[in-house]
Amino acid sequence: MSTTSLREFAAQRRGYLPVLATTALFALTLEAGNYRYYGFLSGQVLANLFVDNAHLLVIAVGMTFVILTGGIDLSVGAVGALSTMLCADLVERQGWPPLLVIPLVLVVGALFGAGMGYAIHHFEVQPFIATLAGMFFARGLCYLISTDSIPISDHLFTTLAQSHLTLPGGVFVSWSVVIAVSVVAAAFVVLHYTRFGRAVYAVGGNPQSALLMGVPVGRTVIRAYTVSGLCSALGGVLFTLYTLSGYSLHLVGTELDAIAAVVIGGTLLTGGSGYVLGTVLGVLVLGVIQTIITFEGTLSSWWTKIAVGTLLFVFVLLQRIMTARRRS
Amino acid sequence: MRQLLGHRLFWPVALLAALLVTNVIYSPDFLSIRVRDGHLYGSLIDILRLGSPLLLVALGMTLVTATGGIDLSVGALVAISGAVACLNISHLTNQKDSGAVVPAVLLALAVCVALGIWNGLLVAGAGMQPIIATLVLMVAGRGVAQMITGGQIITVNSEPYHLIGGGYELGLPLSVLIAAAVLVLTGLTVRRSALGLLLESVGGNREASRLVGIRARGLTVTVYAFCALCAAGAGLMISSNVASADGNNAGLWIELDAILAVVIGGTSLSGGRFHLGGTAVGALVIQTLSTTVYTIGVPPETTLVFKALVVTAVCLLQSPAFRAKVLPGRARRRAGVVEAKPGKKEATAA
Repeated sequence: MSTTSLREFAAQRRGYLPVLATTALFALTLEAGNYRYYGFLSGQVLANLFVDNAHLLVIAVGMTFVILTGGIDLSVGAVGALSTMLCADLVERQGWPPLLVIPLVLVVGALFGAGMGYAIHHFEVQPFIATLAGMFFARGLCYLISTDSIPISDHLFTTLAQSHLTLPGGVFVSWSVVIAVSVVAAAFVVLHYTRFGRAVYAVGGNPQSALLMGVPVGRTVIRAYTVSGLCSALGGVLFTLYTLSGYSLHLVGTELDAIAAVVIGGTLLTGGSGYVLGTVLGVLVLGVIQTIITFEGTLSSWWTKIAVGTLLFVFVLLQRIMTARRRS
Repeated sequence: MRQLLGHRLFWPVALLAALLVTNVIYSPDFLSIRVRDGHLYGSLIDILRLGSPLLLVALGMTLVTATGGIDLSVGALVAISGAVACLNISHLTNQKDSGAVVPAVLLALAVCVALGIWNGLLVAGAGMQPIIATLVLMVAGRGVAQMITGGQIITVNSEPYHLIGGGYELGLPLSVLIAAAVLVLTGLTVRRSALGLLLESVGGNREASRLVGIRARGLTVTVYAFCALCAAGAGLMISSNVASADGNNAGLWIELDAILAVVIGGTSLSGGRFHLGGTAVGALVIQTLSTTVYTIGVPPETTLVFKALVVTAVCLLQSPAFRAKVLPGRARRRAGVVEAKPGKKEATAA
């Protein structure tokens, strides 16, 4: 009996290995930056990682839900852009009150995700194709609203965007960071302490077994995509605060960043295994790379892409080696 | 009638026909083809010419899909192949010398094939999921293409190079002839030999295929290399047509269009079966869709919404579950037949 529990313990520990590896990588990139640049490890630089990536953090959390069920959501960037457009258009051009617009935008995002989830589960459209169509549709709606960038001068939006929160040590963070961190905390609780969270892992692990166990597979899948849609919309709202504008070309390619963050965070794309905290680390690693490239100054932007691609490669390879060992 | 409706090419061809009819209604001389300077001109020729890079990419994608894989890196490869070719040609002292242009073109193709082999090794050797293995190159490859061009647009002034994407032969655009030749050759190779069957077998069940003696690993690597070669060809067509290489925008999102073409053509993304003819129709549907938007005067802003609606309609109509639920009666019997096919379960799981 003791050997079984020991083995179980070891097996559980292995589940954390990818996250530990990401933590090590995060520490390593930070140390590399600190070694090279004076003042890199200051509190404000670290806080800025969150400030600059609050929207990505929220979007990647939603993506984690979908990937845990074994799906994928390509529409997140487009839904985020649609949210920035809706915010800007409704508030600035139609004169709607922001306190009405923001909940409305979130509902639109959630419904969008639910629609895709419905098609994926009930009509058996592949997630890749269904969310691809969703991506075209959401981007298209952006263009329908306006092809120009709409600046926002509304009082509430500018106040929210410009006011800061002072942490101990004199470090400033924006309110977006508070929202993003709350989303992460909520996602953590939902995934680990609720029935829905367990169902997400079960469906991603093996949909057939989950169905036989009595897990409501359809409802779980639809809800996961709804969460992703909601998170994309919220990410869009945070991005609206970050740039104080709505534009149909905002957040292009964010879906790739989000997927990369989730994978680097140790979540398996086959579903069923991964942690939302890993995703946070994944986003931070992407943020540090971006910061290093900014600090370096002479490096061209394409090095970000090459670095992210290389990291993806290393991490997936690492996961492969570890899962292969577990099986043998 | 039932047999006709049940044919796998029915919906894609019907959609293509519907798009063409729409065009004719809005622009009556849409189908006319004129001969000028010994070249054929007309909207149909334009659709073929502009659609040939997509067709080429979609062809490679079809074979990758048949093995149960997917290749997201084709867009980056399109950019890399154009960048490598243009960079080398721009260094030539005499850009009009076709003897010097050919090695540059061959080098571009070779670089992409090497990258394709890399993709294949990640999938078959390291056992990564295809979507992630190729995502690596999709992200990094775009950066590499920008690095090759130095973030600039490299322009070339080379007549032999311009022939690939802008030249004419036998009255038809050369790019159309190249794409058609690759389509026919690929079709003959995979369907007149056992190769196609082996690919479908690998896509159906890799492990079982290996156990019956099929070299699943070698086949997979070959297929990714072929897909990269096709993408490289498309990249050369696109860059030679505009006589320049743009690391940022060349082939941007072409992987999505190619996957759509494959799906519209009736190839299942879960692998195990493929239809080259369907893919060809699918690629033409997508190109015609873009043309239609201009012909019927839909504002360009709505192109994406229009495309999304058409894609949704096609995917839903092709989904047996949708037909069984929404179009009862006629579809029920056929949905039952599809239900029994292998690979269906995997589609639900994926």
